[in-house]
Order: sequence, then structure tokens, then C-alpha cells
Amino acid sequence: MTNIHVIGLDGAEKIISSKDGATLMEALRDNGFDEVLALCSGCCSCATCHVYIEAGPSTLLQCMSDDENDLLDSSDHRQPNSRLSCQVSLTDDLDSIRVRLAPAD
Amino acid sequence: MRQAVDVLIVGGGHAGAQCAITLRQGGFAGSIAIVGRENEPPYERPPLSKEYFAREKAFDRLYIRPQAFWAEKDIALILGTEVVSVDAQAHTALLSGGRTMGYGQMVWAAGGDPRQLSCQGADLAGVYGVRTRADCDALMGEIDGGARRIAVVGGGYIGLEAAAVLTKLGCHVTLLEAAPRVLARVSGTEISTFYEAQHRAHGVDLRTDVGVAALIGEGRVTGVELTDGEVITVDAVIVGIGIAPAVAPLTAAGAAGVNGVNVDEFCRTSLPDIFAVGDCAAFSCAFAGGKLMRVESVQNANEQANCVAKAILGEMKPFHATPWFWSNQYDLKLQTVGISSDYDQAVLRGDLAARSFSVVYLKANRVIALDCVNTVKDYVQGRKLVEAGATPDIGALADPARSLKEFNL
Repeated sequence: MTNIHVIGLDGAEKIISSKDGATLMEALRDNGFDEVLALCSGCCSCATCHVYIEAGPSTLLQCMSDDENDLLDSSDHRQPNSRLSCQVSLTDDLDSIRVRLAPAD
Repeated sequence: MRQAVDVLIVGGGHAGAQCAITLRQGGFAGSIAIVGRENEPPYERPPLSKEYFAREKAFDRLYIRPQAFWAEKDIALILGTEVVSVDAQAHTALLSGGRTMGYGQMVWAAGGDPRQLSCQGADLAGVYGVRTRADCDALMGEIDGGARRIAVVGGGYIGLEAAAVLTKLGCHVTLLEAAPRVLARVSGTEISTFYEAQHRAHGVDLRTDVGVAALIGEGRVTGVELTDGEVITVDAVIVGIGIAPAVAPLTAAGAAGVNGVNVDEFCRTSLPDIFAVGDCAAFSCAFAGGKLMRVESVQNANEQANCVAKAILGEMKPFHATPWFWSNQYDLKLQTVGISSDYDQAVLRGDLAARSFSVVYLKANRVIALDCVNTVKDYVQGRKLVEAGATPDIGALADPARSLKEFNL
């Protein structure tokens, strides 16, 4: 199990837990964050599951694919700590990361 | 006893689910029911011809929401059930099983049924569509049971994606397309030619300009007879020749529409208090010069559902969403933005041999759509050109070294 701190669009913070092997997008979707549209069902073809990594291992921001990087460029809300949550696989080392949902474009 | 709900959603696919989710997210306090034909709670359909079919993703990861969500949000799921008729004046729907349900507003999100072949033998066992989990599970069962020779009828996205997965699974695939090229309805010739070559390179026996004369077999399909007389021996057949919109009860109730049901800019049908969204809704599409058309995509289903949910919540905003789409085959990521069907010029950017390029479609010098193969950057930047109706210099546009951003003036 991985615990994640999630700050919603309303600013409220909630701790959710997810089984290993799920993606961060799936964890958000399954824990009541209906703002996360994730329209392409997690295959890195859109940018509707955009989050900011507020705290976590630095590797989390370094392992991005070119496709993900290009897709994030489509968002007006991109920041240096942006990720597509469907591309983050939840593993033990990500326990207690803190993420914030990005506004919809 | 008659029951009634404030919002009756017909169809438990992407559009129906999203409409209910957005209603609750927006604070809708009335009662909501979703009537769904399948026995499954809402799930994602695109992986059926991709990751789920390839067994890269288990089905429980496809649910649009966890099972408990629907009860927690007080959204009644009436599954394994269809609406068989609608009385728009009385605001009632007759469900399969005989129950009558009253509604305040109805959202018709029933999608479509895979078109079937009309030739002899079309109803033999071993012939499948790819639309539902049941279709896909049955097909996977065939493969587990030893089926290896598969004919895929139809060279659209579904047929091509299925062919790609089956080839990877070690099947021998014959793909049959009646038109002179695959993807003819949705793409230009460059894309068609490229995908035909890719499939052939992966071992697919891909044939165009050829029809199916009959399916052959005693109870179960064993062969496909082509219009040129050849007979192909098969263990199973996949039919991916499009969908027929599932709107018969609405049309019978008087809703206007020939291909699906017609809706206005708020997704309202011609019947009082009945909306229609998703694959079955024909609307005047601003990205196709105002042409009345249906758009079959998850993006369209979701955004029309949101438009309707907001209208029900009192926030009337005309539907206007840039159409986009994706298709994954082998290691090729195709991303499409806009509607290319009426283009008068296609400009190729990049090198087909490098398997990374895009095709920009123009009409009267304006960018109307792009097909991007393994070029996410062009997809992202090209989308802005489509939205702006940009008129780039053609020579410069064809130079892949120049970023599409430059043309967004």
C-alpha cells in the first residue's frame, strides 16, 4: 500500500492509499477526485490527468518521457513540477508523496 | 407500481457515466438512474481493442469508478436492462422486463451496436464484434482455445487495432477492407498507405478493394468467401465495420434524425426534456463547417455529457469542443485533432520511413485537422492551429524542422 497526500482544487488535503501497481491517476479516480478526467484511460495521449508533485523523491520529476513532456506543454498551467498522473506508477518508494491537482485547461 | 427519477440516463458507457458524475459533482440533489444494457458497471471501452485485448491490463482497472462509488453518490445502476420505448409526452420509459419508469429529464446515451455483415453466414458462431467486454472475452476465449487464423473485416480503427494485437499474440490475421484503402473515412491517403505498409510488415495479410461474399461453415464459421471468389480458411472472424446508432426507441417516439438523433447546441433532441449525447447524437459540428454529424469518440462522449449535466444544473453553455482522438497500433501512437473529412490539401511533415511524422489537413488554406504519428509535439501545437483556423505558408509548413508554434499567428 502506498499513502498519498492529495490537495484538491478546493485546497483541501486528503490522504488516500492505493494498492501497489496502480497508477497515481487510478488512485485519484478511485478515491473520489472526480476532477481528474483522464480521458485517454491512461495511455499518455491527452493531458487531462495533470498534477503537481509538491513533495516526493526527485526522481519523480526526472523520469518523464518525451511524449509526456510534449503533452504537458499543451497545458496553460504547466509548472516545473508537473506530471501526468497516469504515467506515475505507485511503488513503495513513493509512499507519502504530496501531489496537487492542476486546474483543467 | 410506477417509479420515477429526476434524471434517467439511458446507456452506461462513457457518456452516461460522465453525465451522472458531473451532475453529482455540481451538487445535483435529485434522483439519478442509469439504465445499462450490459451487466457491468461503466467501464472504459478503448482498451477493449488495445491493452485489455492484449492482456496488458486487467479488467478491474477499466472501471470508470470503483463499484462502491455509484451507491455512495446515490446513482442507481439498472444493469442488464434496455429502454424499449419512450413516451415523451407522458415522460415515461418502458424498460425491458416490463417496468415503466417516469422521468423528469432523460439523457439518451445509448451509443451504438456494431454493424453486422448482411451476407450469408453472418450469424454463424465464431463471428464477433469488438464493442463490449463480452465480445472481447469471447474472442479471447477463442484464442485460448487455439484459434489462430483470424479474419478481420473492416480496416477502420477497431479492425486495425485488433489486427495489431492479434498479430502480437501470434495469430495469422487476414484483414479485409472493401474500400480502396484502410481508414478511408477518417484519414488522408498518406496515413492509409503508411498503416497498410506497417500492418503488412508485421505479417498481416491486408487486402483492400475486396468484399465479403459469404461466411462459410456448418453452425460455426470456418471460411470467408471473398467477392473475387477466393475462400480463406479461418478459426474466427472479427467484424469491425462501424456502428449503427442505438436510437430506435427515441426515433419511434418522434425524435428527429436519420443517422442517430439530431441535437441542438445544448444536446437537446426535438423531444421535450430529452437530451442525447455521445456516439448516437448528430450535431452541427463547427469543426466540420457546421455539417450535421455524429462523432464517435470518448472525448466527444465526455464533453457532450458535461454540456448536458451543466444544462440540467442550470448552466446553459453551447457545446463547442475540439475533437480529438487516438489509436495505438504496435509501437505507433496516432493522435488526431480536428475533423479532416472535407480537406482539399494535405501537407506531410517529416519522414514516413522514420515512423514519426504528421499530416496537416487544410481547407481553403485553413488548417482543419492533423493526424500525428509518434509526434506528440505536432499534435499539441497543431491543435492550436486547428482552433485558430490558421493559414500557414504551405512550403514552410512542410518543413518538419519548423515548429508548428510558429504558424499560430
